[in-house]
Amino acid sequence: MPDVHSLVNEFVIKLKKRKIEGSKATAKLTVELLRSFISQQRLPHSNQAAALIDAVKAVGEKLIAANPVELAVGNVVRRVLHIIREEDLSLATAAVGGLSLAAESDDEDDIDRDDHPVLSATAVAAAARNALRPPSLQTLLEDIPHSAAAPHTSSSGGDSEGKSKSADKNSVTRKLKHNVIEAVNELIQEISTCHEQIAEQAVEHIHQNEVILTLGSSRTVMEFLCAAKEKKRSFRVFVEGAPRYQGHALAKELAARGLQTTVITDSSVFAMISRVNMVIVGAHAVMANGGVIAPVGLNMVALAAQRHAVPFVVLAGVHKLCPLYPHNPEVLLNELKSPSELLDFGEFSDCLDFGSGTGSPLLHVVNPVFDYVPPNLVSLFITDTGGHNPSYMYRLIADYYSADDLVVRRKSAS
Amino acid sequence: MDPRRVPRTVIDPKVRQVGFFAPAGPPDPTSSSPPVLGISPSGNSLSPVMIPPPRHLSTELSRNIPIAAPRAADSSIHVGSYNPSEFLSPSATTDFSEDPLSPRLGRRGSSGNFTSSLPSGGFEMAVANQNNGVKLPTDVRDGGANMEVPKEKKPTGEKPLKEKTTKAERRAIQEAQRAAKAAAKGEGNKTSAAAGVNSANMGKPVKPVPQKKDNSLVAASEKKGGDRQPDKDRKKDVPHPRMQFDDENRVEKAKKRSVVKQTEARNRVELFRHLPQYEHGTRLSDLESKFFELDSVHPAVYKVGLRYLAGDISGGNARCIAMLQAFQESIKDYSTPPEKSLIRDLTTKINGYVSYLIECRPLSISMGNAIRFLKTSIAHLPLNLSETEAKTSLISDIDRFISEKIILADKVIVKHAVTKIRDGDVLLTYGSSSAVEMLLLHAHELGKQFRVVIVDSRPKLEGQKLLRRLVGKGISCTYTHINAVSYVMHEVTRVFLGASSVLSNGTVYSRVGTACVAMVAHQFHVPVLICCEAYKFHERVQLDSICSNELGMKSYLWIGLFVPKMAAYLASNFCGCYYILLQAILMRFQEFLVEWKSIFWMVGPVVRIYDP
Repeated sequence: MPDVHSLVNEFVIKLKKRKIEGSKATAKLTVELLRSFISQQRLPHSNQAAALIDAVKAVGEKLIAANPVELAVGNVVRRVLHIIREEDLSLATAAVGGLSLAAESDDEDDIDRDDHPVLSATAVAAAARNALRPPSLQTLLEDIPHSAAAPHTSSSGGDSEGKSKSADKNSVTRKLKHNVIEAVNELIQEISTCHEQIAEQAVEHIHQNEVILTLGSSRTVMEFLCAAKEKKRSFRVFVEGAPRYQGHALAKELAARGLQTTVITDSSVFAMISRVNMVIVGAHAVMANGGVIAPVGLNMVALAAQRHAVPFVVLAGVHKLCPLYPHNPEVLLNELKSPSELLDFGEFSDCLDFGSGTGSPLLHVVNPVFDYVPPNLVSLFITDTGGHNPSYMYRLIADYYSADDLVVRRKSAS
Repeated sequence: MDPRRVPRTVIDPKVRQVGFFAPAGPPDPTSSSPPVLGISPSGNSLSPVMIPPPRHLSTELSRNIPIAAPRAADSSIHVGSYNPSEFLSPSATTDFSEDPLSPRLGRRGSSGNFTSSLPSGGFEMAVANQNNGVKLPTDVRDGGANMEVPKEKKPTGEKPLKEKTTKAERRAIQEAQRAAKAAAKGEGNKTSAAAGVNSANMGKPVKPVPQKKDNSLVAASEKKGGDRQPDKDRKKDVPHPRMQFDDENRVEKAKKRSVVKQTEARNRVELFRHLPQYEHGTRLSDLESKFFELDSVHPAVYKVGLRYLAGDISGGNARCIAMLQAFQESIKDYSTPPEKSLIRDLTTKINGYVSYLIECRPLSISMGNAIRFLKTSIAHLPLNLSETEAKTSLISDIDRFISEKIILADKVIVKHAVTKIRDGDVLLTYGSSSAVEMLLLHAHELGKQFRVVIVDSRPKLEGQKLLRRLVGKGISCTYTHINAVSYVMHEVTRVFLGASSVLSNGTVYSRVGTACVAMVAHQFHVPVLICCEAYKFHERVQLDSICSNELGMKSYLWIGLFVPKMAAYLASNFCGCYYILLQAILMRFQEFLVEWKSIFWMVGPVVRIYDP
């Protein structure tokens, strides 16, 4: 236990000092931390899911508070919470299913003995999914054959729940933790391979002789472009020299991989956009309304793209989906960096002086990190689950997060 | 055929006047109209439509001028009849009576729809007669008398001129500026005749217009016509297509002529093939080594060229003034070689200088206009002037150009723009524009309370110099880079931008990035005001920034990667192109604040490139 707490504290400090950069790295570290936290968490015998959720929420709250702007932390915490709920529910329903199955076998109902267990198992799964997720195309299609069976199992489950829990309490305890950790492992896998899945779709979107503009440096974007290159599609890329020159690094890497690359300044976006076929960018976070928190300067690019009717495509792993709706995101979900990136302190030190005590200084330097791109400027999101419209984001979010976790705060605390 | 045609066109306006005016108008002998009335040949011209499109003017003008001159009497008729008759003497009446009457009778049928605009049919006749009387004298008059027409009209013409800024008028103004006072005498004759014809054409659409207005309208059109140059000159005026650097033949030719040897860039970006792409940095040393060989270039001009190349002088006004002053120097030292005329020889000399400067750095449009002005003032030098007189006149012309078109223009811009700044405003500016800087300083001197947001962009970072100057004066500033423009735009209440040029389709050509700033401002519903001197206007049109632009140095792009802070110290000369969205344009144009509510495109200085 102390081991985990020290780990958590270390991570919190790192987040506070902004030592971890990039939503993907943060997400991965967070989920790994949570995994070790869960594995070491001792659970009470009764109502263990709730206890686990409470514990994770406590840690999550700390992590989120450490860097509220890094939305990936919150996303991952919510995902883990959702996993715990889902596992708990599926365990419960499985137990119920098993119980009802046992009861039926006792009754020696021979008639539909062969297919009923199968039916009830799938029905239970469907019911569980239904309870967690709002209807989607997938659930709709899965549901059709079993719609009749679902109510039956749920009605029968009610009376026997208490018995099943007391019956194999120990096995369930171990099972829940085991299942959760397995699911979290899957989540880690998903986060670390999301760019591969996104890159697979590159061929559908990039064609021969296309000119593509991107901004900042994103691994997802790079993989995406390289995947298209491997499929023998030749195209040119414009890269932006962002204020921190991430664009240069990306350009270097792309050029090393044999992609024809042209670097332009941020200011010349508007000139070049008329010759560009598509804007493909990475995101820092995707909000529930389909808005994008992205590297600074992207709003300008999106506006220019809209003026020239150039498709604006955002690549985002599912871990970047944030279930919150933005309010004044330019200010509230932003960070200001040191002015030294823009101005030389030595040169302007006399103007930047706060200590003179003569009131407010004459010179302010603004160096924000993020930009907010409203959903109406985005043409398409490409996530590991495929392409989506900005207006579809809330639905995806409903798939991945449970509504109870939107505010990560312990009930006792509030 | 032509003579026939001319009367027709003349006639229409008269009809219009009558239609509206006849009831009240008869007492006014100046209104000239009815005879024409019946004559108007074409049915469509009769219906009250709208103000004539100006393009008729030019076409008709070109066609008619040559003809009009020989048949002064013929053409003069129309002029006289159309114009209010200040010079009409009711005495002489001769051949005309026959002419207008017969067509009227003959064409009564065709002009039937006309009557609808007239109050009464009977009246028409009376008016016609009266006007006939009025008209006749003018018929008698010869071309010489006609010449007076435009002059006399001028006072009335002045006002409408300002109100209606058609392209023709802007042209006229430009023309007047360019030609200065050296207008050729002979031209006066021609143009006045042309004016008559023009004004006649103007009237084509028959729209009832109140008399007074009509008068002024006529006058306006006359004035317009008077200032118009003959067609040939116009054609010459049309800007030559720009040199396309993907045209190998022409590039070869240009290379042979060039003074400066330029190494072509190894990695030429395909998209910019039509633009010159040279290795920067090689030219300067090359030029320096050639200092003693280039005897064709005056040292002052040579120096200015070098400074352009090194990026010491940048900004439209600064470059233009430096160039003009260098030319002044060279004119001072100039002496006409034996057996050559000053006008020709000096023009070729200036041409040589200009091509040298172009090699150093492509001309800005303001410089192009200044050169055009200089050349016309050389061409219009009176032949009888002695060499020294000619030189002093040229030098004073240049001085006047600098003070009137640049310095005074800036003052006027500042005077107007400062009224747009209110207390508590947050003003945003991009890069460093001399006009905007003057404006901000002036507003500060007036004691207005405002804050300035300076948006800057790599790699030139000119905004830092502006920032330093403004902070030095005690103006509260916020500094940021162009990426963050949408972050700061929330609090901004006005955007002031400078321009390298305003093109004739309303496009603004300015520093790279200006378009982005204007676009974001538009998104946030912040008014954008452009400060641009009228001498930077140009009639070229451009749809985007790729078709014509100046490329900067690639190397500056890369510096950022290695030593970000070094970038600030390395200034580059750059000029690019941009599209822009503006809500308003502030400019000096006859001391008018012209606000355009439509979309303008902005083009500015340089696109930086990298091609591994």
